[in-house]
This record gives sequence, C-alpha cells and structure tokens, in this order.
Amino acid sequence: MEITLKLNGKPYTAVAQPHTQLLEFLRDAGCKSVKCGCETSGCGLCTVHMDGRPVLSCSVLAVQAAGHTIDTLEGLQEQAALFGGFLADEGGEQCGFCNPGFIMNVLALEKELGRDAGDEEILEYLAGNMCRCTGYQSQLRAIRKYMAREEGNA
Amino acid sequence: MKYVNQAIRKVDAMSLVTGKPVYTGDMIPPDALMIKMLRSPHANALVEEIDTTIASKVPGVEAIFTYKDVPQSRFTTAGQTYPEPSPYDRLILDKHLRCVGDPVALVAATTSEAAEKAAGLIKVKYKVMEPLLDFTKAKDNSILVHPEDNFKALCDVGADNKRNLCSCSVTENGDLEAELAQCDVVLERTYNTKANNQAMMEPFVTYSYLDEYGRLTLVSSTQVPFHVRRIVSNALEMSKANIRVIKPRIGGGFGAKQTAVSEVYAAFVTMKTGKAACIQFTRKESQTNGSPRHQMQVRVRIGAMKDGTIRAMEVDALSNAGAYGEHGPTTVGLSGTKTISLYGKLKASRFATNVVYTNTMGAGAYRGYGATQGFFAVESAVNELAAQLKMDPCEIRLLNMVEQGQKFAMYYGETCTSNTLKQCMETAKTMMDWDNKYPARVLDNGHIRSVGVAMAMQGSGISGVDIGSVELRLNDDGFYTLLLGCTDMGTGCDTILTQMAAECLDCPMENIAVRGVDTDQSPYDTGSYASSSTYVTGMAVVKACEEMREKVLKNGAEILGVPAETAEFDGSRVFVPGTDKEISLHDIGNASYEGHSRSISAFASHSSPVSPPPMMVGMAEIDLDPATGEVELVDYVAVVDCGTVINKNLARVQTEGGLMQGIGMALYEDIQYSEKGQMLNNSFLQYRLPTRLEAGKIRVAFESSYEPTGPFGAKSIGELVINTPAPALANAIYNASGLFLRSLPMKAEDIAMGIAAKE
Repeated sequence: MEITLKLNGKPYTAVAQPHTQLLEFLRDAGCKSVKCGCETSGCGLCTVHMDGRPVLSCSVLAVQAAGHTIDTLEGLQEQAALFGGFLADEGGEQCGFCNPGFIMNVLALEKELGRDAGDEEILEYLAGNMCRCTGYQSQLRAIRKYMAREEGNA
Repeated sequence: MKYVNQAIRKVDAMSLVTGKPVYTGDMIPPDALMIKMLRSPHANALVEEIDTTIASKVPGVEAIFTYKDVPQSRFTTAGQTYPEPSPYDRLILDKHLRCVGDPVALVAATTSEAAEKAAGLIKVKYKVMEPLLDFTKAKDNSILVHPEDNFKALCDVGADNKRNLCSCSVTENGDLEAELAQCDVVLERTYNTKANNQAMMEPFVTYSYLDEYGRLTLVSSTQVPFHVRRIVSNALEMSKANIRVIKPRIGGGFGAKQTAVSEVYAAFVTMKTGKAACIQFTRKESQTNGSPRHQMQVRVRIGAMKDGTIRAMEVDALSNAGAYGEHGPTTVGLSGTKTISLYGKLKASRFATNVVYTNTMGAGAYRGYGATQGFFAVESAVNELAAQLKMDPCEIRLLNMVEQGQKFAMYYGETCTSNTLKQCMETAKTMMDWDNKYPARVLDNGHIRSVGVAMAMQGSGISGVDIGSVELRLNDDGFYTLLLGCTDMGTGCDTILTQMAAECLDCPMENIAVRGVDTDQSPYDTGSYASSSTYVTGMAVVKACEEMREKVLKNGAEILGVPAETAEFDGSRVFVPGTDKEISLHDIGNASYEGHSRSISAFASHSSPVSPPPMMVGMAEIDLDPATGEVELVDYVAVVDCGTVINKNLARVQTEGGLMQGIGMALYEDIQYSEKGQMLNNSFLQYRLPTRLEAGKIRVAFESSYEPTGPFGAKSIGELVINTPAPALANAIYNASGLFLRSLPMKAEDIAMGIAAKE
C-alpha cells in the first residue's frame, strides 16, 4: 500500500508492504543514517523521532508511521553537527556506526529532560544505545559538555 | 610537538556524527543481487541430496548455488601474511557441514525477501552425524571434524586433521621440573574462558561487481583488504590481478574483520552471474557464524620462593578452533608468550599448546588474540600465589615484573627496550588508593567493597612479518596526498598517521589529504591487526616524510639555482638563510606540474624486526552483594605505557573501550550451546554486552616510556587494554568473598552459590 508521512519536514509518499519495518522504509527513502545493528530491538542504532519522540524504527511498521512526522539525522544536520562536535572533541565517535541512533536519542533526551539532567538520568535514558568501541565514558563527557554549553557559542 | 601527542579530532569525525552514508551497506548498487544463505541446522552432517527446483521458481531468484558448484581447492579466510599459519580447511560450500549455520546453499535474488523465501524452499536430505562439541575431548576423538584428504597446512604448525589437531607446539626454556623442585611453593591451577563475540555494531557486509575493465571489485567492511584479495583469489581459483578490494568506513572490527567472513560469497555470486551482488549478515548470523575469540582451557604451574620470587612458570593451553582453523595456531601462541614474558625472574619456563577442531562455530581473531585468555589464567594464578604467600598482589608483581633492558623470558629472543611498568603500578596504586582499600571493607548495607589487580602486555605488530607502506605526493599549490594501506576501522589511524605526517612535514593537517584503502591504488599494507598501524605504518610515514622533505629541498634549491646543501626547508618554503632567496612550497608544488620532470612523490615501506610490548596495570574496585553474588563495577583504573601517546583522546578512548569489552568478557558475555550444538546466545537479547548502566567509572592514565624503534617513541595500544579486566575482577571477587573463580564469565549465581557453600 502507498503511505504518506512527513519525513524530515517534507511530505514523502512510497509503497510499503504490511510487514515493512519503518527502518527499511527509511533506508529505502535514502535515510542511510538509520542503521540496523540487530534484529531484536537491542542496540538502539535505528532510533528515529516519531512525532518528536524517540522510537526504534525496527520496532515500528512503516504503515504505523503513515500520517506521522518522522525525523532522522538527515533532517537534523545542524543539531547533529553541534552535538557531534562535542563528541568528536572527546574522540567519542570512534567507528561512528552507533552515532546516528545515539545522537537522535541525545537530542530527545535534551528536549525531554532538559539541560540539567544528572549523570544517572542520562545513563538511564540512553541505556538502550549500545556502543562497542568507546566504553561509553567519552560519550558521557561529551554530553556533559554539550549540556553545559553557552547558547550561540559552539 | 604541534600535532603528535595532542588531542586532535578525527579527520572523518564530522561525516560520522552527521550520519553520512559512508559504510559498505550505505552504498550497495541498486541493481545488486541480494544473497541469503541456507544454513545447516545440524552441527555435523553431510548433504546427501539437495533439490533447488521449487526454490528456483520464486519470482526474483537469479541463481542458487550448492556444494556442486564451487571450486574444490581448500583455503583459509584468515587475514594473515602468506603462507598463512591457519590451515587451508574450507570450501565456499561443502558437502560436509561442520557446525550449525555452516552454509548449505547460496541464493541470489533481486530482493532479500525473495532470496530468503527461496532458501526456505530448498529441499535437503541430511545425513546427520554425532557432533563433537566438547573441546577437552576433541584430540584423537573418533569423530573427525576434518576427515577430508585435501586438508592442507602450509606452515609447520603441528596440524593433523586425522587427530582433530589444528596445531600443537611445545616451547621450553631451562629445566622446568628441576626448577620447580627447588621452589618453596608450586601452584597448579586450571582456568576456563569462553568464546566471545566481538559484536562490532556493523555486522559483516560485502558487495561486489565487475567494473568497467571487467575486473572483480569488492567493497567490504574489512581490516585486511590486501589479504582479502588473496583469499578471494584462492577461494575462486582466479588471478589476483583481476581482483580489487575497497575498504570504506568500517563500523568496528576488533579482529572479527581480520577474517574474510562474508567476502568470498559475494565474490562467488558476482563471478558466476556477472552481476553485482551483496551479502549482509544479520546480527544472528554474525553471532552464530562470525569469527569469535577462541574458547580456551589454560593450565598454569608456578614455582616461587617464600619471599615471592617467581622462578618457574608453565602455561599449557588448549584452544577450541571450532569447525575451522582461522587464526587457531597463532592466537594460542600469545596465551603463553605474552604472559610468561611479563615476569622477569624466571629461570625456567614451558609453554605447550593444542588447538583442536570441534563442531562449534569456527573461531578467529578478537582483540588480544589469545593473550587475553592467557592473562586471565596467569594473572589469576599469580593472584592465587600471592594469597597463598599472604602477599599483597601488587607487591608480588613489583618484585617479579620484567624490567627495561632485560631479555624477555619467552618473546622471540627480544629484549625489553621500553618499559614503565613499575611507574604504572605505583600510579595505579595512588589513583585507586590501593593501600587503604586493599583487600576489602564491609559497607553498612552488607555489601563488600574490594579491589583487585592485574597487569598485561601485548605486541606492536608482528615482528618481521607485518608491513606498512605509505605513498606521499606533493600536489599543485603545495598540498600533500597521503596514501595508506592500513585500515582505519574507527580507531582513527587515518588521523594519527596524518598527525605524524603533519609533524614531520611542518605543515597543518589540513594540508594533507589522507586516503584509505583501495588495493588498486594504496601501497601494500598487511592491514590493521596485531596492534600494528601506529607502530609499523607510523614508521613508514616517518620514512616517507623524510624522503619527501629531501626531495622538496632539492627541487626548491634547483629552482632557486642554489646548491641543496645551502638551502633549508621549513615546511612552507625552501630558502637560503641570510639571503632573500626563497620559494614557497606552493610554488614548488606548482612547478612540479608545469612541464618539468619534477613530479615529487615519496614511498616508504616499513617492517620491524621487533614487536615492543606496550604494558599496563589495571585495578578494579567492585561492590559485591554477598546475598545475590551481584558484582557492580565501581571504579576501574588503568595506567598504560604505550610509549609516546600520539593522540591523547584516541588513546584514552581505545583504553576505555577495550576495558569495557574486557569487563563484558569477565562478567556477562557467555556463549552456550545446546546438546545438539546450537548456539543459545544468538542475539543481543541473550548475549549480554555491557550497557552504559554497567559501565561504572573508568579512569585512564599514561606513563609513557620512549620506544626507540617506534615513530616518535610510540608503541601500540589497541589490544593491550582488553587484557586486565578479567583477572583484576577475579582478584577483587576473591578479596571480597574468598572465592577464586576460574571460569569466565564470573556470574552472580556462581558467586552466591560459592559463598553459600563456604558458609
């Protein structure tokens, strides 16, 4: 069936099978930042925003997203580069494969918990975002510095 | 120094953090056939009949291949320098299926769905045989994993397929038994480690196509592009001259991609069909048929005097190759050479190995490469010895650790040329507040806080084998191109090698365009493994830059019309001191493009006769709940001597990441098989990677020595850092509970049951 959703700010229409995951649908739509790291909703790599809230796109059917607003990192390039700069300054991007899903969730965290979120809240919020390179420490350092940034100064 | 020893952003950072399509799976040609495998449900079986008639009728199916269609020369998928120590024991598809998941058929179709549907419709009659699953019973078992006559070992590694032996060896220094007889204490213990999956976030993936010259081109997530070229050539029985391998960005490797896990299948389909083809392993496939750490059983004997002097050591390692022998003979070697050599007062040592085939997943290379398993055993045994002698485990190490200038006990005759292990220990003790925290204290809630320690070393490349090559070009306007054959897999070698070049050439890093691997264009490099890129390829960079500087100076002087001896090059211009004669690098670059025969390039290749070990001390502080056995990591302190730190950020993150993988191995990651040989932990739901909730606090410090044979005094760091968590955590658990846990992972239930049994 043909579905339409608002993808990164623009209406997007394409055919989706009843079983098509939103993850596949988005990659086919050219949103290659959305990565597949497992098949069991266990890695967080495919995190996107649905109506402004983070979801695992492997666990949402494309048809469920019909009529909804979906944002991927392709549509949030400025925000990605802003936080990404802090991440890069800690060497916390490493292989980068988990970065898009992780960054989508960091942006959601900032919106939901605010910039004064404590370490434990941050770790809890991001617990589903796996990373095998960094041991997570540099990512936390980057988040702290990002949250403490002065507006207009990055 | 301006660039070396600084915290510099990775040169590819911004494309990664903004999610650019830079990985293999992001660039698959739209017309590529998608490959799915029919995999064996049995651990040991023969394909008696296979019928693809119905499967072939699924719309979209282009071709189905079975064992009847493949070349019959055996090969290895291990990414190693030729002649590979790993036996040639594989076919692309084999009639004999040696583990659950072994490929039975390859289906190529226009979509993954069609390929998967067709794979399910292939009819197979299997002759199911009893599997050999217990690796401690594999040697000389009546079940043979590799009964075939065309099994071939290129190197003399002690392989004997009629005995299930992938390799075996014995190395002896001095008279071990005589020395043990003179020791006050002899301790003998056996330790067990499991297979571990690297679980890099990007599963195995390759696509291939025939290019405009009709040559086979592979784009693959690999650590070893040049080895892949040979492996594909062997597997497909085709000329290397017709194969090109390109490595884009890699989503993590950790050794998994030092084996050509996915490449040969895509290549085979492209050569058979003439069409682009792609194979993407699922996470389940990556878990069940990847290239994990070897499961080992390591027996250690230590002889010591009452004062703690360790005089004799024996390591006897049994390693489970699984169904195929990739990296089998070599990984096990590190379990003894790296561990025994950490101790400097040995008068005798012995190291024996047996690597056996079983009907479990074939193992491969995983960060640490056998040393990790060995360190769990040897460092745990030293901790048990310390306990027996009532010594502080730090003190027994300070007394026995190898010192600079000493010849290593069992390390290819090499001498320790750079070593700050003693300072590492002192700094770690201070950071951890060891003297106050050792061994343990009981908290108000009944939990026990305790500390544990271990030390480790690794190598820096494979001595006399690994080769790094670099080509450096001066372009118009005076910018450089740095062509590398080593493979950045997220670790940042493209960046650190650019840092080194900028330092050598006295220019901004922005003036150097770095380019990773394309086997048609990059200079030969064995690849990024064995902790080689910084140390080996780094020296090639230094050499190439020296040559470039000389050439720039010579050309500049020539243009100025002065003898080269009178001129100097400061990175931006060639000039004659005390005169106004000068020409900029910009103009020298342009001059080389203007009808002169002045094209300037430099090429350097480097191989090191030695592999100087980086060293470290790791200390864990844990919170143990004696009621449940649950261990929470409170703090981990790592003090590392990797020689000169080239990039402060990246070295630190390498350490933090390696420690976390080691912590996962120590406490959580557990591969288990059913009685029929099916892996039970085939997803991230059952194979528990540490999340950031388990991460605890990790603190890293460096005590840099200066390695005279390394670039800017550097040694390696990548693998070393995974080695201390298992033995340090085991030591902390002992200090909290009095239990010596000798099998990994160290699970809460085992601790709780152990405590209960003691009470």
